[in-house]
Amino acid sequence: MAERAQPLGAAHWAGAGVAALVLLAILGPLGAVLWRAEGLSALGPQDHGAIRFTVWQALLSALFSTALAIPVARALARRRFHGRTALIALMGAPFILPVIVAVLGLIAIFGRQGALNAGLAVFGLQGIEIYGLHGIVLAHVFFNLPLAVRLILQGWLAIPAERFRLAATLGFTSRDIARHMERPMLRQVLPGAFLVIFLICTTSFAVALILGGGPRSTTVELAIYQAFRYDFDLGRAALLGLVQVAICVVAGLLVLRVALPAGMGTGLDRPLERFDAQGGWQRAGDMAVIALSAAFLLLPLGAVFLRGVTGVAGLPGSVWQAAERSVVLSLATAALAVVLALPMALLIARGRAKGLLETIGALSIAVSPLVIGTGLFVILRPHVTPGSSALPVTGLVNALTALPFVLRALVPAVEEAEASHGRLARSLGMGGWARLRHVLLPRIRRPLGFGAGLAAAMAMGDLGVITLFATPQSGTLPLEMFRLMGSYRTDDAEAAALLLLGLSLALFWIFDRGGRVNAAT
Amino acid sequence: MKSPIIATGLALVASMASAQDSVLTVYTYDSFTAEWGPGPVIEEAFEATCDCDLQFIGAGDGAALLSRLQLEGDRTEADVVLGLDTNLVAQARASGLIAEHGITPEGLTMPISWDDPQFLPYDWGYFAFVHGTDLADAPASFRDLAASNLRIVIQDPRSSTPGLGLLMWVKTAYGNEAGEIWEGLADNIVTVTPGWSEAYGLYLDGEADMVLSYTTSPAYHLIAEDDSSHTAAAFDEGHYMQVEVAGIVNTTNEMALARQFMEFMLTPAFQEAIPTTNWMYPAALPASDLPDGFDTLVMPETPLLMPAADARALRDAALEEWLSALSR
Amino acid sequence: MLQLDGIHLTLDGFTLRADLSVARSARLAVLGPSGGGKTTLLNVIAGFLRPDAGRVLIDGRDVTGWPVPERPLSMLFQEGNLFPHLGAFDNVALGIAPNLRLGDAGREAVTQALAQVGLGGFGDRRPGDLSGGQRSRVAIARMLLRRKPLALLDEPFAALDPGLRREMLALLDELCRAQGLTLVMVSHDLRDAERLCTDLCLLEDGAISLNGPLAPMLAAPPAALTPWL
Repeated sequence: MAERAQPLGAAHWAGAGVAALVLLAILGPLGAVLWRAEGLSALGPQDHGAIRFTVWQALLSALFSTALAIPVARALARRRFHGRTALIALMGAPFILPVIVAVLGLIAIFGRQGALNAGLAVFGLQGIEIYGLHGIVLAHVFFNLPLAVRLILQGWLAIPAERFRLAATLGFTSRDIARHMERPMLRQVLPGAFLVIFLICTTSFAVALILGGGPRSTTVELAIYQAFRYDFDLGRAALLGLVQVAICVVAGLLVLRVALPAGMGTGLDRPLERFDAQGGWQRAGDMAVIALSAAFLLLPLGAVFLRGVTGVAGLPGSVWQAAERSVVLSLATAALAVVLALPMALLIARGRAKGLLETIGALSIAVSPLVIGTGLFVILRPHVTPGSSALPVTGLVNALTALPFVLRALVPAVEEAEASHGRLARSLGMGGWARLRHVLLPRIRRPLGFGAGLAAAMAMGDLGVITLFATPQSGTLPLEMFRLMGSYRTDDAEAAALLLLGLSLALFWIFDRGGRVNAAT
Repeated sequence: MKSPIIATGLALVASMASAQDSVLTVYTYDSFTAEWGPGPVIEEAFEATCDCDLQFIGAGDGAALLSRLQLEGDRTEADVVLGLDTNLVAQARASGLIAEHGITPEGLTMPISWDDPQFLPYDWGYFAFVHGTDLADAPASFRDLAASNLRIVIQDPRSSTPGLGLLMWVKTAYGNEAGEIWEGLADNIVTVTPGWSEAYGLYLDGEADMVLSYTTSPAYHLIAEDDSSHTAAAFDEGHYMQVEVAGIVNTTNEMALARQFMEFMLTPAFQEAIPTTNWMYPAALPASDLPDGFDTLVMPETPLLMPAADARALRDAALEEWLSALSR
Repeated sequence: MLQLDGIHLTLDGFTLRADLSVARSARLAVLGPSGGGKTTLLNVIAGFLRPDAGRVLIDGRDVTGWPVPERPLSMLFQEGNLFPHLGAFDNVALGIAPNLRLGDAGREAVTQALAQVGLGGFGDRRPGDLSGGQRSRVAIARMLLRRKPLALLDEPFAALDPGLRREMLALLDELCRAQGLTLVMVSHDLRDAERLCTDLCLLEDGAISLNGPLAPMLAAPPAALTPWL
């Protein structure tokens, strides 16, 4: 408000416009479902149970994901070793995998016939059982640990190097460093990381159902499926969608009050110069943490690889066409996500309505893709044919889904760039495009590349709205993989899953690398 | 610059030509339209006889298909909807979107009679628990299964048609005792998946001894993979049938063509594609015309099928029983 | 007091060579262009970087292989000298008790150090509530409290305006005399050096091109010093 006297520039209007668009794109479909339903239906007792269970499992999942990420991020922050950069990149893979691929990978390791139980049996130990609440939490940790590690690692790397040197001259022990430097940083970073993961887990559907062991583990998302598919009760579906929005807003208000994560994902290949924790056992402890977490995250991926690798060459032609389509879709999604995120990041960086904008950005994580997809379907159906709109709609929804993560990557960098050179640029009379091109973009190339890569990879693996719109000629790779699974073609499906994994990682890697080549910072 | 213009012109002419053909739009489930599914074969065969353009639109699974249709209401583009099963028929009928087909089906080869004025069957199968042939003492009834230590994977009736089929199977076979059966089965159930694919995947991965699928599932492994290590358990109380049907959408502008398609559906050109693409029994094809391998399948003695109207009426109470038995 | 003996260090294509000796209670200004190796030199003395060859001696003891915390020195950085979540008192106290467990004597010493830099009564203020000059004073107070014989300063006042900078240099001058501190200060401003230092060395392209007492050099500036006048 204090800055009201300043005229809003084009960038501000663009930012506000995008924020409004995002809000519309999320709440609009919800409204459309509601309108089509001609009113809300009441929630049943089972829905209340579903809401309780959803919140509970999401809390546990977020808690474990963030708590376990702390030692992993610390170990990665203070150790340097050969292949560290590659390991960090690869450990991010579970986050971008389609759920069903990841679940089958997890089961290959932790399932009844999995590698872990086989190992336990060698020692005559009793096998473990993955199905149940702990299985859900395990899978959610598998998906979200990489995200949490990235967010927290970023926090670690954001502690100025000079402070670690100062700590060294003052003779700080690891405990003193933890107390004076790491804990304050964690207090800044953890609540935001917790919130994001909590919200992701509130829309869990397949994970909760497959690993949950039965209707005890009914989530809100499943209740929405039931409302759409089983009862065709649109009113109840819309109401449950509103419940998701409410959970998001309440959780957002509670957590954003505490803190926001500063940023994520960029420049993680710089290990901290640490002058403490050089003792042998600390080194060994860190390496053990890294090895364990890498094994946890990479073994299931290895299983996906081993199962699929022999079949890739023999995949049916439609799978390759779908793969092509998916790559194009991912590239478009990445471009769209960046175009949406950049003006919003600028607006946030200039301190305008930060909390509101961040919450709008986070909404798309928390609202059911089924509700959004169905709503868009209701809105668009009278005007366009599903076949021609399948890919644009999927691209839009995917871009919305990726938006919060791209924002997280961009905002700190834009803030930094604005703080350090914004005034200079203004004093030189650089405005609009020139400023964006010559001052801002060169300085945010890394987070931009990272964000675009993340958006592309997430879009690659998404199996949300496409199912509503796709025709046989417009299926994406995940959809094609699912069709293979639905036709007994398990071997082909496993090969398609590997293709999907490979393409997601490759897209992410190319964007992420692209951001680093000749990067100004 | 000339050739692009010519190309554009040609494309225009081509699209005009196809626009003059009548188009028949058939909504179906996804796997029907896949490259390896029945869709492409049937499209080619029908277009050879109809001088039209047959377009399949996939919309998830059977339940998603119906909700898609309901969502679109009378604005739907669909001329025919293909792929609902008998458990969804009553709901589809109640939506008022399905016209009478006016066809008297001949040569049906299903173990039950059929006289539905709105829906015609194109294939069918028996639900069954599929297991490895190495399984000793395969159960011969739900009670056997409940008493055993066998681990099974099933599908959620709220999100999948086989899941709903199993619910109706137990309800039809056991009536008021269904809840008790579910309580007995609770400790055998490893997990409940959202759809058939996940459950079957878990079974193939060795996560369970048995999976709810079809008596025809072993035929896939036998014929396509030359693998005879899967079979289905025959249950004494009988096996619930899944009959997959098609109906004409009453807003269609292509009533004659739609009717022609419905008739075509029961001819060998359509029916012969079913066994090895959809892995179900064709609705109108003599057993002698089935491919080799189908003769090895378990053939249940008692077919069970709840009339569509009853299925709808009993569905919610059955779900309630299922939920309370398994939520404990 | 401080002796650099045949130091040789190659880092990312840059090479630093240094032979240097600083007498007890002398105050050496290290002058030179950006990228000349000034901060690298400080980092070698402090132990953040280990030289490929050569020795670092402090008080006649070879500390080349010593870990940073064991070297008898204090250091002031360009930025980040204070912990933003701690008050001035705690920030100073960290100099003697990293775990912040202080006895009565410790508490008294911290209070006194704050008073010495003119910040009596400001103990509860966090860095965010202090001005730039006050923040520098807190850092100086901590350095004093540590009572280490050698102080390394890496352009600690670069961000302050000229008036405040003069003030800080005067304060340091006074306190260094009182404690008999030996001091090495990196700077790119000869006038700062003039205010505080007794000796001067010029570091260009990783090599010391000029070294000696400051006063005679100012009286008859050698050619190498001309650009800095």
